[in-house]
Amino acid sequence: MAESHLKIAVKRIRRDGLAVAGFCVICVFALIAVLDMVPLPRRGVSGVKWNLTVLDAVFKKAPEKSYSPPLAKKGILNRKEFTLTSRHLIGTDNLGEDVLYNALKGVRTAFIIGIVPSLIAGIFAIILGLLAGYYGGWIDDVIQYIYQVLSSIPGILLLIAMLMVMERGLWQLCVALGVTSWVGLCRLIRGETLKVKNMEYVEAARALGASDFRLLFRHILPNVMYLVIIEMTLDFSALVMSETVLTYIGVGVEPGTGSWGRMIMMADRELANAIWWNLTAASAFLFVLVLAFNLFADALRDALDPRLRGDL
Amino acid sequence: MIDDGLSDTAETVLEIENLRTHFFTGEGPARAVDGVSVSVGKKRTLGLVGESGCGKTVTALSILKLIPSPPGRIVGGSITLSGKEILPLSEVEMRDIRGKLASMIFQEPMTSLNPVFTIGTQIMEAVRIHTDMGRAEAREIAVEYLAKVGIPEARRMMLQYPHQLSGGMKQRVMIAMALCLKPPLLIADEPTTALDVTIQAGILRLIQDMQAESGTAVLLITHDLGIVAEMADEVAVMYAGKIVESGPCISIFSSFVHPYTEGLFKSLPGRTEKGSRLYTIAGSVPSATGFPPGCRFHTRCPLAIEKCNLEEPLLVEVGGDHRCACWVRAGEPA
Repeated sequence: MAESHLKIAVKRIRRDGLAVAGFCVICVFALIAVLDMVPLPRRGVSGVKWNLTVLDAVFKKAPEKSYSPPLAKKGILNRKEFTLTSRHLIGTDNLGEDVLYNALKGVRTAFIIGIVPSLIAGIFAIILGLLAGYYGGWIDDVIQYIYQVLSSIPGILLLIAMLMVMERGLWQLCVALGVTSWVGLCRLIRGETLKVKNMEYVEAARALGASDFRLLFRHILPNVMYLVIIEMTLDFSALVMSETVLTYIGVGVEPGTGSWGRMIMMADRELANAIWWNLTAASAFLFVLVLAFNLFADALRDALDPRLRGDL
Repeated sequence: MIDDGLSDTAETVLEIENLRTHFFTGEGPARAVDGVSVSVGKKRTLGLVGESGCGKTVTALSILKLIPSPPGRIVGGSITLSGKEILPLSEVEMRDIRGKLASMIFQEPMTSLNPVFTIGTQIMEAVRIHTDMGRAEAREIAVEYLAKVGIPEARRMMLQYPHQLSGGMKQRVMIAMALCLKPPLLIADEPTTALDVTIQAGILRLIQDMQAESGTAVLLITHDLGIVAEMADEVAVMYAGKIVESGPCISIFSSFVHPYTEGLFKSLPGRTEKGSRLYTIAGSVPSATGFPPGCRFHTRCPLAIEKCNLEEPLLVEVGGDHRCACWVRAGEPA
């Protein structure tokens, strides 16, 4: 009976077939990522080991000697054929690793890269944007100054510099991406706060004795939160792609972490030798996930943004 | 000033003396409220009347110190709520006053409720800001007040979101929120302007009923003389930041003195012959940054004499509790 805006938004999205399809794809990918995070106990010589995930247990295969095409029985190394120990759905790479397994390992990395920097950036953007928009005056000036300085430094150079300082790694990359990417959302939140703080319900709450803290986080924040949700879903695909680019230029995640960027990076040598499956697998995974997220994010924005929804 | 003779019979809930609230804008200070004195006693209703931009709302916001600052600032005078002088109080101290000693209902019920919370949550919040009640207790109070303001099935309606209610229902919810802490003063800033006529009467009656029940004093701000006639015990007419005429409702309606008040009454539709044009007061309210010297109404006044341009008239008594500031109608005999 009582319907919140969120429930109405869910209803709207459910009417959009493409968005539902996108959401399903995201769920499948998310499941893969989760399976890659749940460790599986294995009894070894020195007691129980937890270093393999469910995904590893299911898909990891003994490495071959070198490249092999999809579903081949034999591979070629130094112009000599060698027999494969098992079948590989999308072949193996130069180290003989199963390409499908590598691509699946990339899912967890993609999700972490797509979500964690957004959360870090979200915290910066929400707090600074709310404060700047609500208090105005010198607080606004200082915060605007900070983000104008930050946004006038070329992003990629700043990222590289930060990664140099913190050393390479998945989580370091998340922090670096988060700290450098909050400006856009912060601007949006500041602008929306300027509007919302003058709404009569905020005035009415103040007339009932609400404190600044309560007004900011209880009355204004929920009304600008749609911006955060929209921005986070739209940023997801951009972040996932930026990881592949950063890894490609050599400042992304360290070797040993699943990464579509590294698979694509290898391909610039492989393609000349007609080894196409590594690149294809990474690109296909990237493409499907990004497309699914974009479809879903678009529908979500249509459902949440009051301007597009036609309520205001 | 209009409580003379009344202060003996009823305790004064709101006393404003010589309030001056100015806005410091790029074009110089705007004297939006410039020396207003009114008071309201327990169970009484004061109607504050005037056209748009004359300072009614700024007066109301000043009482809760809700003037946006900068650019606004209360530069002088005193405001006493239930015997407590509030102008020296800090923002933190004011939070205790707002909602407890005085609360306010706004003109726009459509936007006065937060769209992301149920109305129950919002009333409970009002209760819980000022008391240390638990959720359950606060919920009971919210249900009680929703029922009091005439919302059917109050317990079920607690779970409704604002967009599911009509304007009239929302204004009832606002009244419940404003009154659930039993404040001695209710400020109603054009409470029915945004509602259609059939709903207006219901909301006004509700305010009257609640007032009779709890003894709340009401400061009713409106530009609608019909509402004033219905509701108010006393009337103060504002023009360009000043009170130009004040007195008991009956006295003002039967024998208004100030030419501006006269203009307001003449512009009422019912007073003109069918088919003839409605009366209008020529010109419009002067900008608050550039009020004319002398009587602020003299530029639009049909009776203006030379003195009006030079000296500012003061409120003088023209008959039991009835005061007027006009050189022509209420000036000392020259």
